[in-house]
Amino acid sequence: MKKILIILFILISFNWACESDKEFLDRPPTQVLTTEQAFSDPAQVLSIVANLYSRQFNLYRLSDYRTVGDFNEAFYARDQGIASQYHTNSTWDFRGVDFGGNNFSWTTWDYTYIREMNLFLERVELATIRQELIDRYTAEVRFLRANYYFELAQLYGGVPIILESQEYDFSGDPSYLQVPRSTEAEIYDFVIQEAEALKSLLPTDPDSKSRATKGTALAMKARAAIYAASLAKYNNAVTPSVSLPSGVVGIPASRAEEYYNTALTAAKEVIDGTAGAYSLYLKNPSDLSENFAAVFYDKNANPEVIWADDYLLKYRTHYFTGANQPRYGAEEEEGGALNPTLNLVQEFELLDNAFAPIPTTDANGDPIYYDNQSDIFANRDARLGGTVILPGSTFKSRPVDIWAGYQLADGTIITGTDRGDQRILPGQTVEQQVVGFDGPVAGAVQNAQMGFYLRKYVDPVPGSGQRGVQSEVWKVNYRYAEILLIAAEAAFELGQPDVAAGYINQVRTRAGFTIPLTATDITFDRIVHERRVEFAFEGQYFMDLKRFRIAHEIFDGVTMSKADLLADIGKATNRSTMPWGLWPYRIYNPGSPNDGKWIYKEFLSNQVTAADNWQLGNYYSLINNDILSRNPKLVKQPLQ
Amino acid sequence: MKIIFQYIIVLAGALAFMSCEKDNYEPPKSQLTGKLMYQGTPLNFQYNRVSYELYQDGFGKTGALNSTFTPEGEFSQLLFNGTYKMVVPRGQGPFLWGSAADSQDTVVINVNGNTNMDFEVLPFWMIRNPQLSAGSGNVTGTCSLEQIVTDANAKTIESVTLYLSKTVFASSDNNIAINTIEGNAITDVNNISLNAAIPTLVPAQNYVFARIGVKLAGVDDMLFAPVQKLNL
Repeated sequence: MKKILIILFILISFNWACESDKEFLDRPPTQVLTTEQAFSDPAQVLSIVANLYSRQFNLYRLSDYRTVGDFNEAFYARDQGIASQYHTNSTWDFRGVDFGGNNFSWTTWDYTYIREMNLFLERVELATIRQELIDRYTAEVRFLRANYYFELAQLYGGVPIILESQEYDFSGDPSYLQVPRSTEAEIYDFVIQEAEALKSLLPTDPDSKSRATKGTALAMKARAAIYAASLAKYNNAVTPSVSLPSGVVGIPASRAEEYYNTALTAAKEVIDGTAGAYSLYLKNPSDLSENFAAVFYDKNANPEVIWADDYLLKYRTHYFTGANQPRYGAEEEEGGALNPTLNLVQEFELLDNAFAPIPTTDANGDPIYYDNQSDIFANRDARLGGTVILPGSTFKSRPVDIWAGYQLADGTIITGTDRGDQRILPGQTVEQQVVGFDGPVAGAVQNAQMGFYLRKYVDPVPGSGQRGVQSEVWKVNYRYAEILLIAAEAAFELGQPDVAAGYINQVRTRAGFTIPLTATDITFDRIVHERRVEFAFEGQYFMDLKRFRIAHEIFDGVTMSKADLLADIGKATNRSTMPWGLWPYRIYNPGSPNDGKWIYKEFLSNQVTAADNWQLGNYYSLINNDILSRNPKLVKQPLQ
Repeated sequence: MKIIFQYIIVLAGALAFMSCEKDNYEPPKSQLTGKLMYQGTPLNFQYNRVSYELYQDGFGKTGALNSTFTPEGEFSQLLFNGTYKMVVPRGQGPFLWGSAADSQDTVVINVNGNTNMDFEVLPFWMIRNPQLSAGSGNVTGTCSLEQIVTDANAKTIESVTLYLSKTVFASSDNNIAINTIEGNAITDVNNISLNAAIPTLVPAQNYVFARIGVKLAGVDDMLFAPVQKLNL
């Protein structure tokens, strides 16, 4: 009886199972949205757009401090391995610096991203949301796609332009999916045309910083046109061997003028306010250095920023501040990863528009004694203090403590082997501090080994240097100052130096210069120099090195002596093959009037053993064998 | 239980034998060696700069074996027997490879056992009669330069440099002293003289290495004369 009951029970339960199985197989999955579902809800569509925004590619990324400091603009003081990677190798790989894991600094080849943007553009047309939203999202994603192609163009020259989602038909012959590289001119033309079309499709909203607007499209157009123009002009004039006969690399020189005109027109549209009211950031005119630093950390109604890769505390943060903060009293026991070099610091002019080395010695070669540490940097471009934390300045209301040791009357140096070390000075009985708590200490890591810390993009908000909090400072992609300098460069190249002077002077006035440059002052060197100091550590320098074809002259592989360092400041092709530092010393000479004063010495770290050598093949990033073998229609880069 | 254990041993043994047979290939044993020469004179380069590519077709994806010539202009690879194609990529090296400058010819090499293959290439310039001598704290180098390629592919001299080094890798990467003449300062290519002072050597050694290199405009890789060890 019991058995029968059990058997019956089992049979019944089988019945149940059979019935619900059918339904079970037809049940829609709860964790995957179908295309129709994803494109029927405005919030879902927006989240896809947000995903595409978050994947925008920047060569200089705040999420990885290593991307920011190459080319001897900074010394890598994070650890010995990274220092030796940057400063004991004279050549760059054709893909830049090896970050490990087959990841190199000058590469991106994310056609998955392009395909997903293409898919979005095809699917959003059929979306069942308001038409105005469809139009806006379409314009934004088209902008992101053009922006990504622009990044590819800067690294590789011509690349395959694919504007539809490709599908494989499993016929065994994938050759119809293999697109050859466009010419370098075509890809810049594509970016310029897209920007031109998008400027009327995107909203005019200068307060929107993280989403594409009309201003963003015009800024991209201006930058793409000026890059194409200078590539056309200088590649043919300086490095004609860096080209391919098919034009995949190399833009005909005849197109330079047209591109310069395009750049000037686009820049003027922004300056004239057709995209809304943008202006140079000037909320703090009494302290122009602080004002310049605030361009990057002040996210409250910032009139200068046109487009930024935005961050938000708790949701999307980066550790740039933690990596680079001054070490003494830092919020974590780390910092000082990037030390700006004297090579860059001395490029900031005196306020009378003259280039001069940082004055360490007088005409007789004797050291100059300074009462205060910061006196040596007096009367310089205010952007210096906004870009670099100088000895004698403060960060987060705390004075930085940068000094390398005591110098005695006979020239002997007394210093320590660790930050803030103590020694007994002659004639004393008690140990006292002989080196700054921020360094510099030769050979030690994570201190001001060049005598400076980085200020730009380093967040002054409390907690930003903590691993658990991090920073929400945004990475500025386009700002109004660049529009002005693009206009200045284009006007100069088109033979209107007076117009150029007008634009460049606006940027310089904000930096504290009171004597305007005249038309005769505007030279190629001036244009290149102004961009180098204004956009230091922002990313433009990499492309400036390439598009003006000056990199192989700046990094010519020749060891850089102190005389080399101090010569030719302000010249576009000034040699910068090794990172030099500037070390402050305190005078210990009781009874002498110089006691307690400061002297400075130029310093070359013994960790720097190689003089950088840019090969002509470095002007375009390597397309690696893996990519080449997948698509036989791709041609290799020149001189590689 | 004991029987199962025995089965496991037998199975594991059999697996081990099978995998040995299947997985292990003979290592490549044939050495391909050679050097680059001009009329029998070997060319010298900088370490790890002038690259070449070896291709072997017929095994799926094509990709190059990339490597570089030694400072003495030699190359060597350990390969399987078979047919390979060798090429120096366009723009590499201070010489013309093959017949045309724009489309480089690949050279087919049949590797069957140890193979030696020297290549005749056409350098843009040659360094002739390099003489190096050390004395009274200085190294003096003299040489003459001969232009080999004079047609449309001709290159002008950007600079001539004397490198002193503590090691044989005397070049822009590894040097203790250099002396450079810019190309436009050269008045007579048959009579070039360079002079570099020997700095204090730390740690001390009683010899230095020196060699002369020529940089050509528009060519990354320099052409060198053979390195020489000079006793002080």
